[in-house]
Amino acid sequence: MSGMTDLGISRRGFLAGGGALIASFSLSPLSAEKDPSPPATKAPKLPGNLEKQPMLDSWIRIGADGSIMVFTGKAELGQGIKTALLQIAAEQLSVGMERIQLISADTQRTPDEGYTAGSRSLQDSGSAILHAAAQVREMLIDEAATRLNVPRQRLGTERGEVRADDGRRIAYGALVAGRLLQVRAQAQSKLKAPGERSVMGKSVSRVDIPGKVTGGVVYVQDLRLPGMVHARVVRPPRYGARLAQLDAGAAEKMTGVLKIVRDGDYVAVVAGREYQAIQAMRALGDTARWEGGRRLPQQRDLYSTIQRMPAEDTVIADDSSAAAGSGTPPGAGSPVPFAIEAAYHRPYQLHGAIGPSCAVGLLKDGMLTLWTHSQGVYPLRAAIAEMTKMPAERVHCIHMEGSGCYGHNAADDAAADAALIARAFPGRPVRVQWMREEEHAWEPFGPAMVTRARASIDADGGIAAWQYQVWSNAHSTRPAPAGNLMPAWHLRSGFLPPPPRPIPQPEGGGDRNAIPLYKFPKVHVTHHFIPDMPLRVSALRALGAYMNVFSIESFMDELAGAARADPVAYRLRHLEDPRAREVIRITAARFGWQAYRARRGRGRGFAFARYKNLAAYAAIAMEVEVERETGEVRVGRVVAAVDSGEAVNPDGIRSQIEGGIVQSLSWTLFEAVMFDQTRITSRDWSSYPILRFAHLPQSIEVHVIDRPGEPFLGTGEAAQGPAAAALGNAVADATGVRIRELPLNRARVKAAIGI
Amino acid sequence: MITLNVNGRPHRIDADPDTPLLYVLRDHLALNGAKFGCGLGQCGACTVMADGEAIFSCIVPVAVLQNRKIRTVEGLGTIEAPGPMQRAFIEAQAAQCGYCIPGMMMRAQALLERNPSAPEAEIRAQLSPNLCRCGIHLRIVRAVGRAAALMKGAAAPAGAGGTARNSAGATGGSTSATGDNGSGAG
Repeated sequence: MSGMTDLGISRRGFLAGGGALIASFSLSPLSAEKDPSPPATKAPKLPGNLEKQPMLDSWIRIGADGSIMVFTGKAELGQGIKTALLQIAAEQLSVGMERIQLISADTQRTPDEGYTAGSRSLQDSGSAILHAAAQVREMLIDEAATRLNVPRQRLGTERGEVRADDGRRIAYGALVAGRLLQVRAQAQSKLKAPGERSVMGKSVSRVDIPGKVTGGVVYVQDLRLPGMVHARVVRPPRYGARLAQLDAGAAEKMTGVLKIVRDGDYVAVVAGREYQAIQAMRALGDTARWEGGRRLPQQRDLYSTIQRMPAEDTVIADDSSAAAGSGTPPGAGSPVPFAIEAAYHRPYQLHGAIGPSCAVGLLKDGMLTLWTHSQGVYPLRAAIAEMTKMPAERVHCIHMEGSGCYGHNAADDAAADAALIARAFPGRPVRVQWMREEEHAWEPFGPAMVTRARASIDADGGIAAWQYQVWSNAHSTRPAPAGNLMPAWHLRSGFLPPPPRPIPQPEGGGDRNAIPLYKFPKVHVTHHFIPDMPLRVSALRALGAYMNVFSIESFMDELAGAARADPVAYRLRHLEDPRAREVIRITAARFGWQAYRARRGRGRGFAFARYKNLAAYAAIAMEVEVERETGEVRVGRVVAAVDSGEAVNPDGIRSQIEGGIVQSLSWTLFEAVMFDQTRITSRDWSSYPILRFAHLPQSIEVHVIDRPGEPFLGTGEAAQGPAAAALGNAVADATGVRIRELPLNRARVKAAIGI
Repeated sequence: MITLNVNGRPHRIDADPDTPLLYVLRDHLALNGAKFGCGLGQCGACTVMADGEAIFSCIVPVAVLQNRKIRTVEGLGTIEAPGPMQRAFIEAQAAQCGYCIPGMMMRAQALLERNPSAPEAEIRAQLSPNLCRCGIHLRIVRAVGRAAALMKGAAAPAGAGGTARNSAGATGGSTSATGDNGSGAG
């Protein structure tokens, strides 16, 4: 979600290996048209994040003893990125994965790769490591050719050695003496041909799972440092409340309590044992008197409130001269009334990590070290430096895994807590973990959204004109700056959140995937960006794509219904992209779409999207059963097809799609953050229910379309939108009633079907 | 002082008797398996076994657990020699972030010790108190089925998730507890 500038560059030219480098552009057609000066003649870009960090030894180091270290600025979030990056490096370096030590996301060791977000890790870091490793391999061969005095064509690499066809061999460690790898990367690499690959493209066991199932020190929550103490924070009851009174006397005398930290409205307690810290935090909290606070909107008026708020409007697609909201379709001269119109609504939703956020901080000898599950250690370092008024080089952020975050959750805030408390309690490591109600009430939510779609249909039933609007808050309020760290708001010299900014197309934020991939004669899409944020919001997996794909794909079904067309055939009719057509065709075939016959109370649904219109393609079909008496939706068989370009770890892709489908079903069936006019009232799992095993689909089948040699296409967020829309379409098919407000919980479904 | 039997070993613990077991396991005994999730018995991340029964360690005070045999995921095996439940989760690649997984494994272990042939519906019902946010539930169900087979020593070959490379066509893998195509690792 950062550094959008070089997104449009296709890596196909680089991945093709030899031949002239052609930096082709794969911007969405609309953006390409609107961009007056695509930098087609600039110096060749380096692949992935080599462009930002071009030195080969930033990525790969080989020791004289033959040890191999690979560095990535991306973080393992449970998505399996470490395994995929190891596969890539092992493949190109001709060594076993176990020979490589992978160092990730550490501000003193790894490249700065921004945030681990936007399904971009393989594109950014994977491409960089792919090419860096291939170039290192070529350099090792060159060096060996000199040493052995043989032409390089007679050399190959195997098991960490360069081997000559006469049987002579030199280990990598013996070749790398000196500064061999301290060179800039080239734009082109000699990659192993797809046919030669033995590790990439294979489903390998994830390297992180054995530790996770045996109680290893895996998560920052598990970190135990010598002399470590525990801390908890006393939070205000609501946004904007001020601490009027606090009596620390009793808490200070409690067993194990080492320090009460107070700075303005920020209050924390440090104790020797974790449970002592919790008890002291509660005792301290009981003495706190808070005043004031920000008034929240009435939840029942949420959507009309959002649409009335001041908005910055951007037309992000306009192939005609028509103005938005004119009541006529875009396009000059042929004002046809829009035949069909629909509005869709999405509530605030939680990241809802199962493990509340955590960090460990240590201030020692003027150096602040933070162990954090932040998605961006470098941006976090900048924010912490600003908050603590320390120079950035005195702040060291080290990533350790946390509980799955699915976007910008409280990870960075917990790191800010650790920094503030460690500063007040120097010399010993301080571990702070949030309580459940803090995580629920204070994390930045996925924003509430409203969308409105209008279309007209021509005499043949095809879509003649399409108009779409989306109203949304920002989808990224990440640190830096310090004002995006919630604990910093409460300090005496408090920081204010900066004005939010929309994420520009082609990635987009609230308008992510708001431009349909379908081809319509007239298209007009408007993004109403709402700067004021009544509730704290930020990036939740897929950002606006979840809601926009839900809306667009629901509306496609509504239009197909109006045109009396089969939903799958109707999509294909409006879709040119052959890879999009392929995932749809495969999903429909494997689901048995044509032969499907619904039993009473059951229905089928279909949906498709290409994430961000530039990452992975995904199509999903599913069957549901709706219990009319209760409104309960039960999901039966789910079938998906995904095209992620070259598949590095096919089972990893399947896992991401399966997990994405189930998580999206949870959002779509159950989830809405509840609040009253003073506070967030969803503060635990009973006031914010999510999917449990009882609500699982019967099965999920994922078909991975592997395209060796093609660029990696980010997959981690590809299922969220299509799963929601396929569910909505299946419920509509089963009940005959279209529900356009999320979630499709029992009460809403029951009310809609009128029993 | 409280005496706790954890993973077959007695431990003398100097803690307030009201302290929930979870904090003693993590903070006094340095065991990582049981996780803090909610402190309310709503999510199951802290699940361990006491005398063969799955309990929420975040809400049970240590005082009531004296003389009971407590078992955590560390008691199922080690990374060098994983037990059947652990092997099954590795084979099924049944984790993403993995934070909920030890709790899932302990609840499943309690089930399989009671009913080694638990059918899929019973596995799903047993695991219902435990939450997973990554959406990896179907692999968890399958891993538990696999663990049951491994425990009986009559295990079928591990699911091989090999995906043939085919740039034109599709390769499949299905995940359901009775999946027709392994999605595990090679």
